[in-house]
Amino acid sequence: MWMTLWNNRIQVAAVILFAVGFVTLLLHRNLIKKVIGLNIMDTAAYLFLTSIGYIENRLSPIIQEGDTALETYVNPLPAGLVLTGIVVSVSVTAVMLALTIRIYRRYHTLNLDDIYRYVHDEMEGEQ
Amino acid sequence: MSFCLNFPLFLIVLSLISAVLCIILPGKAARYVALSLALLSAVLNAVILFYVYPRNISVTYLMGHYPHPWGNELRISAMEALFSSAFSAILVLCLLGGSAQLREKVQAELSPYFYVMTCLIQAALLALVYTNDVFTGYVFIEICTLSSCGILMIRKNGRTTLASVRYMIFSLVGSGLFLFGVIFLYNITGELLMPNIRAAVLTLWTSGEYKVPLLTAMCLMTLGLSIKSGLFPFHIWMADTYGTAIPGASAILSGLISKGYIFFLIKLIFDVFGVDVFYASGIHNVLFVFGVIGIIIGSVSAIRENNILRMIAFSSAAQIGYVYMGIGMSAGAGITAALFQMLTHAATKPALFLSAGTMTNAMGNAKKFRNLQGAGYVTPVAGLAFTFESFSMIGVPLTMGFMCKYLFGTAAFEAAPLKMIPTLIALSVSTILNTMYFSRTVIRIYRHPIANGHEREKTRVSYALAAVVFIVVNLFFGVFGKSFIDALGNCVTIF
Amino acid sequence: MKKFKEWLRDWDEGTFDFTIDTAAAGNEESTVSESFEKTALTDLENREFRLFSRAFPITAVILASVMIVFLLSAVMRLPAFGSPHTPPAESVTIQRYIENGLSETGAINIVAGVILDYRAFDTLGESHVLFAAAAAVFILMASARRRPESPRDQAILRDDPILRNTTKVLVPIILLFGLYVIFNGHLGPGGGFSGGSIIGGGLIMYEMSYGPTRLQRVLNLKTYKITVLVSLLFYSIAKCYSFFCGANSLHTIFGPGTPGRIFSAGLILPLNMVVGIVVSCTLYGFYALFMREQI
Repeated sequence: MWMTLWNNRIQVAAVILFAVGFVTLLLHRNLIKKVIGLNIMDTAAYLFLTSIGYIENRLSPIIQEGDTALETYVNPLPAGLVLTGIVVSVSVTAVMLALTIRIYRRYHTLNLDDIYRYVHDEMEGEQ
Repeated sequence: MSFCLNFPLFLIVLSLISAVLCIILPGKAARYVALSLALLSAVLNAVILFYVYPRNISVTYLMGHYPHPWGNELRISAMEALFSSAFSAILVLCLLGGSAQLREKVQAELSPYFYVMTCLIQAALLALVYTNDVFTGYVFIEICTLSSCGILMIRKNGRTTLASVRYMIFSLVGSGLFLFGVIFLYNITGELLMPNIRAAVLTLWTSGEYKVPLLTAMCLMTLGLSIKSGLFPFHIWMADTYGTAIPGASAILSGLISKGYIFFLIKLIFDVFGVDVFYASGIHNVLFVFGVIGIIIGSVSAIRENNILRMIAFSSAAQIGYVYMGIGMSAGAGITAALFQMLTHAATKPALFLSAGTMTNAMGNAKKFRNLQGAGYVTPVAGLAFTFESFSMIGVPLTMGFMCKYLFGTAAFEAAPLKMIPTLIALSVSTILNTMYFSRTVIRIYRHPIANGHEREKTRVSYALAAVVFIVVNLFFGVFGKSFIDALGNCVTIF
Repeated sequence: MKKFKEWLRDWDEGTFDFTIDTAAAGNEESTVSESFEKTALTDLENREFRLFSRAFPITAVILASVMIVFLLSAVMRLPAFGSPHTPPAESVTIQRYIENGLSETGAINIVAGVILDYRAFDTLGESHVLFAAAAAVFILMASARRRPESPRDQAILRDDPILRNTTKVLVPIILLFGLYVIFNGHLGPGGGFSGGSIIGGGLIMYEMSYGPTRLQRVLNLKTYKITVLVSLLFYSIAKCYSFFCGANSLHTIFGPGTPGRIFSAGLILPLNMVVGIVVSCTLYGFYALFMREQI
């Protein structure tokens, strides 16, 4: 069992990072840390994806001297998917940070519990 | 190949183009662009439906010059055409009914951006419905997340921003899980196109190789999509989100976005996991249990609520529970019931949100029930629409809601007794609870004749049109729904 | 954390928060947030709060461990890392991408060929994710009124010879390198996304040391919108044309050309350029919106 885990060590690392990021995103009360958790989670997914594409003793998928044999290059598809995924995670992070700034301007805190309490007080006052 | 099979590609690209175009247009022009685009999409998808359905075919459409497993693909069959047509038609009605509120509650220079986001939503929904590739699904899920957050946070006050943060967090958790599931699936099958994955999954399942990773992938993807669509333990974002957005946005969010995710999940069940594998894995039982609990909890929370918009939001949570209960019940009758429930909810909930929004607006932004007395007299059309749609939610005969409950009942009798009894209990309890909270609201809005200080408001033509169309559609399918449901059952078989 | 808060508050000074909703009308804003500072926790709330903050690490650790164990049990049964006998490495897809990629797309960089030709629909969606994010950030951050300059802005605008001269030397090199990366996207490592982010970084660096006024002569809101509009329109229409031709088995006017030339690989080079423009504009736009609420 330990041998299999060691053989798949990169995927193991990715899985642990994913769980850490997931829990941070879901449970942490600080908005900035939630954003950090989101990034850890996404990065873990990309690490996992990249590790799928790697094949030992093969070159990066840029054709050299017209050699187009399958055995020469690693799997190019995961690299493409990671590229797509990175852009998605950049966009999402930007939106989350913008939301965080707006929240901070309004309530002067980043702690979600405090913000909920303020919002609750606000709603008591409405019609 | 018939020319009309190109329409999905054209519509997706056209939606993306109009989204980009809307940033330089003034608000009014952007509104016309978004409206006509949604209308066009509804009509063209209906054309596809009438081309595909009689021939009973399902066509794969290559995106590029490369044949099967090398490029992206769309898949066009009757089910996809039906749902994209319905989604676009409901988007038209939401835009029609919600524009007045948009003008009042959002800065004028931001209003074109609302339409940017609705165009993106339409592109994402069409792509989610038609795509035949899991990773494309992920990309468009993210577009859907960002643009739905966009229509939510366009109203710039503290509560809405907080609700959007919450919505974003749950959505991102969901899409992260979904992405991880896709990666697992890619690792053990080596494919991204749906039919290829299904073939590979079937071989893996029968041979027993990679069984745990396969189950993990299925769990992660299902979990991700159910978080995003608001299944029971994850429905907590719904009340804040739907309760604080502008009514047009809540209508779109509750009526379309969550349905888009569920449709994608059903597509995954049929095209990626395979019905047999999915219903042998036991995940459907979990969905069933949480669906049933969601129905009860959602209805109870709705009763305890004293804010009309939040009450409707909790009722949404209960309705999503119905859909998952149907998915969990069985592959045939259960899924058909779930699909019809999705259409019913998509045709009912936006109307409720729009009517409630119009009423609260007319009563000076009052959302609590005690301040809504007499709202039915102040805004007669909204009151009427609200009453009618409430009847549909309760399940009064001649409405879509009745057909839905009837379908669930018949599906329950075909299912195993272990599932039949909870289904019937959930149906009856939720009907009673629904009756309680909706009749309470309806009585409240008609209690006093026009009370002090509130004049009868002039109804906007666009809103009245949307409300009337919603009512007529509901009545039509409520009365003549039988043959439609049979057709839906046929579509499921060739899905 | 405290520093970050102070920094945010600094930055916040003199901002104008546009709120229309009646529940939070503009003048209420300041009083409301003041009263927030004063709200004291009642004892009960305090206890609940402490309970929660004590429970947080425990729940987090438990949930994380459950997830890790769950996922590790799956990872243990996955194909081995780096082995050439995994399902992805053996699939026919990869074989075609590597063996025929050069002759079919004309791109020496197979990844560029995959994302911009074989799987171009994904990439079309991805550019629009960026666009959606830019629009969402614009909705959140853009304010109609020009923000008064804070001490930080003035510090930036102070004539600092070291900063400015370094920028003067570095920025042209950065921009040139970004262009190189974009134009070589089909010939070697690189492409629109990486090149675009390099150029975006160069623009941000320029604005950091020279202030926004100079850059705004070329890149104000209007030109920004038009650039993004034209690029994305070109992207969508070009790809729609090639999808349409592909699905109906028509001949396209974009052939793969002679591999190895700059002007080869059909649509990949123009698409890389377009993507580069969109990415650099979006990154710069994020910076500008976060910094000064305007583009």
